[in-house]
Amino acid sequence: MSRKINSRPDIVFPIVGFLAFLMVISFLFTLIINLFIDGIEKIKDTSFYTSFPSRFPDQAGILSGWVGTLLVMAGAIFWSLLIGIPAGIYLEEYATKRGFIGKIETIIELNINNLAAVPAIIYGLLALGIFVYRFKFGESILTAGLTLSILMLPVIVVNTREAIRRIPRDIREGAYAVGATKWDTVRDHILPYSFGGILTGLIIAASRAIGETAPLITIGALTFIAFLPPSPFTSDFPFISLDKVWEVFMSPFTVLPIQIFNWVSRPQAAFQVNAAAAGFILLILTVLMNAIAYYLRQKVRRKYIW
Amino acid sequence: MFSSVTYKKFLDKLMLAVFFTAGFITIFITVGIVYVLLSDSIEFFKEVSIKEFLTEKEWTPVFATKKFGIWPLVSGTFLIAGIAMVVSVPLGLLISIYLSEYASVRVREFAKPIIEFLEAIPTVVFGYFTLLFVTPFLQKIVPNLDGFNSLAPGIVLGFMILPYTASMAEDAMKGVPQRIREASYSLGATKLRTALKIVLPAAVSGVVAGFILGASRAIGETMVVAIAAGMYPNLTLDPREPVQTMTGYIVQVALGDLPFGSIEYLSIFAVGLALFLIAFIFNSIALWLRSRIREVY
Repeated sequence: MSRKINSRPDIVFPIVGFLAFLMVISFLFTLIINLFIDGIEKIKDTSFYTSFPSRFPDQAGILSGWVGTLLVMAGAIFWSLLIGIPAGIYLEEYATKRGFIGKIETIIELNINNLAAVPAIIYGLLALGIFVYRFKFGESILTAGLTLSILMLPVIVVNTREAIRRIPRDIREGAYAVGATKWDTVRDHILPYSFGGILTGLIIAASRAIGETAPLITIGALTFIAFLPPSPFTSDFPFISLDKVWEVFMSPFTVLPIQIFNWVSRPQAAFQVNAAAAGFILLILTVLMNAIAYYLRQKVRRKYIW
Repeated sequence: MFSSVTYKKFLDKLMLAVFFTAGFITIFITVGIVYVLLSDSIEFFKEVSIKEFLTEKEWTPVFATKKFGIWPLVSGTFLIAGIAMVVSVPLGLLISIYLSEYASVRVREFAKPIIEFLEAIPTVVFGYFTLLFVTPFLQKIVPNLDGFNSLAPGIVLGFMILPYTASMAEDAMKGVPQRIREASYSLGATKLRTALKIVLPAAVSGVVAGFILGASRAIGETMVVAIAAGMYPNLTLDPREPVQTMTGYIVQVALGDLPFGSIEYLSIFAVGLALFLIAFIFNSIALWLRSRIREVY
């Protein structure tokens, strides 16, 4: 008689594996609920969103935090797209990996892959040493935007490349056949078709950068900012003053994550309510951004089926 | 006047130059990192000998008698990363085998984005959670657990690196061709036996690469340890005591006012250089392992 195969492990293992996954879900769930319960008092208080930080925990708010986050992220998105998209297009569309230039191309590619794995705080040291002290940009919105853009860059390059790689060769050959140059092809075909994928990458990169704290602490970002950068808009034509724009770039700032860190490190329990509320808001922001990116990715995959 | 063809050709060349320049600029980021870390570290090592840095057992840069022995920071860093791996490796293996070999497509499609979302959560939020929820919770179970310790941050980091230890490992197992599994089934092996004896060994370089990238991430992680591990350089392996990591030290110094060129300012670049080298070694091993995946089939 043949030996009976013991199938019990095959019944037990999936249950254990599923329980392990449930642990992850309950970890996430506890995190979100915990922040919500700790911070609910401030989350529903509208003056929390319109007040500056304060020595008094019940009066303190996140106005300078969210304005700072908006301005710094605008800079980070601008710089990372300015370098990231062209770099991604070059590596995917132009690089031939032949000859001397090919060696440089290989170095660029390896370098970007390595940058993705460098600890974020090292970028903070880079920014402190170069932007703050050697370029004399100071502890400003400009420095912070540049710092976070370096963090976002590898994600943007990788996503740009993946989006472009999905476009079949026929599209390019078709364009060349009717006399288009390479740039014509990139502008009229490659960029429009890869737009969704690039946007997805941008949102994912931004959702990481928006919660990033360590590199901004390293550049010496102040934590007590009870004012907003000056408005660059004026009442007379042309309604915007370049000097004022420069002032905005160079003004000191705080961002939501730094504000949270500042509140967590204080001994008074009342400040921890503020930290929980601001943490919950930041968490919801990243959830939303990731949900949008996930939805976009699904949509893009369905839109172009080559 | 330019003919339109000449103009088009010129524009084409110009854009090629623009794209190449953008790619080339990215090299300067690494050049900048290496330059800053090296030049400021060299200044640091003019005042503190490399011998002291590597043999002294105390790290007291803010005391009157300054001592710069990096081992307390390295031990704190590796203690926390070690605890993270003790949590993350078994959990990651269970989840990745379950998702790759047992779960239905629907469960997997649901689970993967959730696990990968762990990487997007702001680390300062994890820090809050560690200090004010996980530590008080653990204090009920573990006697003599300090309010700042390496156990709680280690456990939280263990979950935080699951995108590498579970999701990346799952990708590696999923990459094992189905025909290899079928061959195993046809010889009468059960699913679990196939998973453990066939799929896991075949995917081992990818799985281990995920573990190493996870460890590297735990070593470089900053906010959780800066908030919840304490700010006390401590040469210990006791997970109940406060410690300081390399990243935690950089944050602590950066929070104060840094006069350019002072010994404290220079010391964070020396610590940063050590951290960069450790991360570089880990990442190189992981990249090498991942490049091996393709050679197998």
